Order: sequence, then structure tokens, then C-alpha cells
Amino acid sequence: MTARRNPALVAGGAIVAALTAVALLGPVVDRTDPLAINLSLALAGPSPGHPLGCDSLGRDILARILAGARVSLGVSIVVVALSLAIGAIVGGAAALAGGRIDGAIMRTVDIVLAFPGILLAIALAAILGPGLLDLVIALGAIGWTGYARLVRGEVLSLREREYVEAARALGARPGRLLFRHLLPGVAGPLAVQATFGVGGLIIAEAALSFLGLGVPPPAPSWGNMLDTGRAFILVAPHLTTAPGVAIGLSVLGFNLLGDGLAQRFGRRR
Amino acid sequence: MAFAGGGLRRSTSVIRYFIRRLAALVPVAFGVVTLTFALVHLVPGDPVVAMLGDYAAPADVQALRHELGLDRPLWRQYVAFLYDLAHGDLGESISQREPVSRLIRERYPATVELAVAGLAAAILIAFPLGLIAGADPGGPADMGAMGFAILGISVPHLYLGPLLMIVFSLDLGWLPLTGRGGLSHLVLPALTLGAALAAILARMLRQSLIEVSDSDYMRTARAKGLSRPRALIVHGLRNALTPVVTLLGLEAGALLTGSIVTEIIFSWPGLGRLMIAAINNRDYPLVQGCVLVFALSYVAVNLATDLLYSAIDPRVRLSR
Repeated sequence: MTARRNPALVAGGAIVAALTAVALLGPVVDRTDPLAINLSLALAGPSPGHPLGCDSLGRDILARILAGARVSLGVSIVVVALSLAIGAIVGGAAALAGGRIDGAIMRTVDIVLAFPGILLAIALAAILGPGLLDLVIALGAIGWTGYARLVRGEVLSLREREYVEAARALGARPGRLLFRHLLPGVAGPLAVQATFGVGGLIIAEAALSFLGLGVPPPAPSWGNMLDTGRAFILVAPHLTTAPGVAIGLSVLGFNLLGDGLAQRFGRRR
Repeated sequence: MAFAGGGLRRSTSVIRYFIRRLAALVPVAFGVVTLTFALVHLVPGDPVVAMLGDYAAPADVQALRHELGLDRPLWRQYVAFLYDLAHGDLGESISQREPVSRLIRERYPATVELAVAGLAAAILIAFPLGLIAGADPGGPADMGAMGFAILGISVPHLYLGPLLMIVFSLDLGWLPLTGRGGLSHLVLPALTLGAALAAILARMLRQSLIEVSDSDYMRTARAKGLSRPRALIVHGLRNALTPVVTLLGLEAGALLTGSIVTEIIFSWPGLGRLMIAAINNRDYPLVQGCVLVFALSYVAVNLATDLLYSAIDPRVRLSR
């Protein structure tokens, strides 16, 4: 039934579920060390022992893709969760407080949004230096604004509803009002935006790592695998194919899931 | 224009709208400048230590700090920064010992060229795809075009670039591999940069065409005996374009920064490569200048599309 009416939701859900399984179970099932160097296998093509071949240092590409899945997906999901939490609190507070506080918060959001997102992340990552935590901070610093705007808009429209009025009349404090009564009403559109957000962040993380500003080597991430593979594109294109396909498939999965959720909640993107 | 005397009223309302938008730009531009300054000066991590390395002699650190003016109180640094900026002075590059503004001026045209070419590529791909898909929603052509579009969104440009290089430069030998030159050098970077935007635009055009075809005037056009594709092109397309133009404006600025990765892939001598090189050299004045120019260009492009949009659709400037 659902597959007929909402194929994007089913296909996207399946891809995302499969990716999650790969990230969680992959390194457990395939016990090859993603950091083990074997120069005699440098740039080797696919073989039974190394299904996706080996990179320039003879490290197993499949093992690196599996380990990279944890990094790439993990960073994206943590950043989305962080941005979502900050955005929901800031946007909700702005809408409930109103007046000058609202104005000040939204002007700040406008200024951060006046920067093209990836530029701010690049600048922050450059100044903070390479590292997983710094990467999360750099990406999170740009991510919260979209959620803040969305939550503020939705809360402003929900605020006048009768059930919120009733809760307020019963003496609910602003915090309780926001978390118990208002945010659940925003859950649908937030879920849609967060799903697209994960897809966007997978690309952003890859771009930063590609520029040498993200996950520092030797730890594998799909972005830094693409970067190092690029030098060997003439002799060993499989070095870039594997992470490229992994990124593409993940982004496709989260975009389809987002489309499906949007359709489910009756919203266009 | 339909109402009597509309011409004059229209032009004054356009001018008033332009002035209002320009005035709104001032605090945003000021905020961008301040945030850029704060980024370099307030974020933890000492740029001087980063430039000289962790084991630099304290005297050297102190000397460079003084040379860059970083030993002054923060507010004085900020005032000096604003003063210099107002005079078009972005400081001196540490790694190249040249004024930052000159280095940026040399590279900027290449980035604009790439962004414009990416925009052109996106439009040239999106329109046929969107029209084919929107003319017969649910049909095989629609499925094909939209499948292609979702592929365009999903394949990241940092993979698409190398892929195009393999196919068109190495295997087929049709186009040059890297660098800037004539039109042939521009094709692959433009495709790489424009692919994702093309996919988004095609999807929007399709959606918009489908909505338009449900409208009353389209039913009238069909009732007159026009075929569906003909009615769409003659009557529907114009109206379907409004949301597409809006989206185009929103995304056009993103092409500027999308060009950073594209420039690295294709060794394109633009602002993005200058900035990444500056980051790797820890040349903070140059990084700051590049970030500022990118951000202000982005703001300017967004303003330009706003103004363009208000010229196309009068409802925009009448509201508010």
C-alpha cells in the first residue's frame, strides 16, 4: 500500500536503514583493519581478498568505506541533532518571548544566513584546526539557523491555538509550554528538514575533508578518501569510485526519505 | 500598467522598493563584516602561534603579533579594520607580501566566470528536463527526466568533477583536463558546478508546470482546442516561471561558494583556490579578505535577485 502511494518514503527508508546497518555492523563483520598499510598491495585492483581493491598505501578500501561510514554518517547525524536542539530552543524562545528579544535573535539569524553556509564552516574549520570535534562545531555553527527560523514560524502560528491557550491558562511555564505543547506540533516539518539536513551534511563533511579541513588522516572518511584518491585518478580510478558511490548513495537515500516524509506530512519541499 | 496612469506610479514604487531594499542591506553588510572580524579574532586558537608553529620563540611571536597589530585592544583593532576596509584596504598577505585587495582582484574574475558558466549550464540542463517532465507527469519521459534529476542532486560535485574528467578528458580526449583558458576549459567545471542546481530547478519547473496546468486559464486554452504541450508552452510556461526564478535567485549565491570545491578539482585559478591556499599557509589576513569578499558577493547576488524579482512580479513590492 505505502509502496504504491509513497515510493520515495519506502526506497529512501530502505537505503537509510541499510546504511545504518552497514555503519553499525560493517566493521564488526569485516574485521580487516582499515589502517593496516601494505605497500606491496598499493593501488591493487579488486580481488577476492580485497573486494574493492586497495588504496595508495595498500589499505583495504572496503574496510575504509565501512569505517568511513561510521565517521561520515555519525558526524552528519550528530551535527543535525545538535543544530536541531539549538535551533528549536532559540527559535522557540524567540517566538515565545517576542518583542525585542525576538528581534535581536532573528537579526542574528539573518546575519549568519547572510553567509553562504559552507563558507562559514570552512572559515571556522580553518581557524579551529582539523579534528572531529572541531568539524562538528564548525558544521553545527551554521546548521542551527534554518531550524531556528522554522521553529519560530511554526510556534508563532501554533501559539494562538486553543490547546496552547488552555495550557497557558492552567499555569504552564514557557519552558513546559515549548517542550510539551509546541515542539511536538512542529515535529513533522522538523523531521523533514532534519532528513534533508543529514543529506546536505554528508556532502558538507565530505567537502571539508576533501579540502583538508575535516576528518584528519589516517582516520578514513569518505571525503578524505576522495581527496587522496584524486591524485591517482589516472592510474587507479577505483580509489575515487568507492567513496564517490558511497556518498552519492547516502545522499540519495536521505533525499528520497525527506521527499517521502514531506509527502507524508503534506508539505512540499 | 493595466490601470490608467500606472506608468508613473509603477516607477516610483519600484524606486521606493529599491531604496528600501538597499537600506535593509546596510545592517546585514555590517553584520557580515563584524562576524568575519570576530571569526578571526575571537575564535579560540592563536593565529600567530598557528602561523609560526607551536615551538616558535616567544620573542618572534610577540614581534609578529605587534606587526599585525594584534597586541592592541580588540576594539581598536576592530575600528582600524573598519577604517581600512572603508578605504578598500584589506591588509597585507603574510605569505605573498602583497596587498590582499590586489591578490583578490586578480582572482575574482575567474570565480565570477565560473559561477556564471555554472548558472548557464544549470539553466540549459534544467529547462528541457523540467518541460519534458512537466508536459506529461507520470509518463515515461517524466520518470526518466526525474530519475536523472535525483541523480544530479545525489552525486556530489566532488565526485562528479573527477568522473567527468575521466570520461571527457582522459577516455574521450574531447576537453582539457584542468586550468583556465577558452570555452573548452569552462565546460567541465561549469557542468560540475551546475549539475545539482540543474536538478533542483528541473524538479521545481516540473512541479510548477503541473500546478499551472490545473488552473482555469489552462482549461480555457485546452477548450479552445490547443494541445496540452502547446497550451503549456504558450500560456503555462510564463506563469510557471515565477517560482523557478525565485529558487534560481536563492541558489545563485550558493554557486559562488560551490565554486570553491570545483576550483580545487579543476585547478581553476579563482578566489576559492586562493582562499584554500591561504588557509594552508595560515595567512590569516588573506583568509579574512577572501571570506569577506565571498560573503559580500553572496549578499549582493541575493539583493540583485530580489530587485530583479520585484521587476518581474509587481506583487512583491506592493506587499509590506
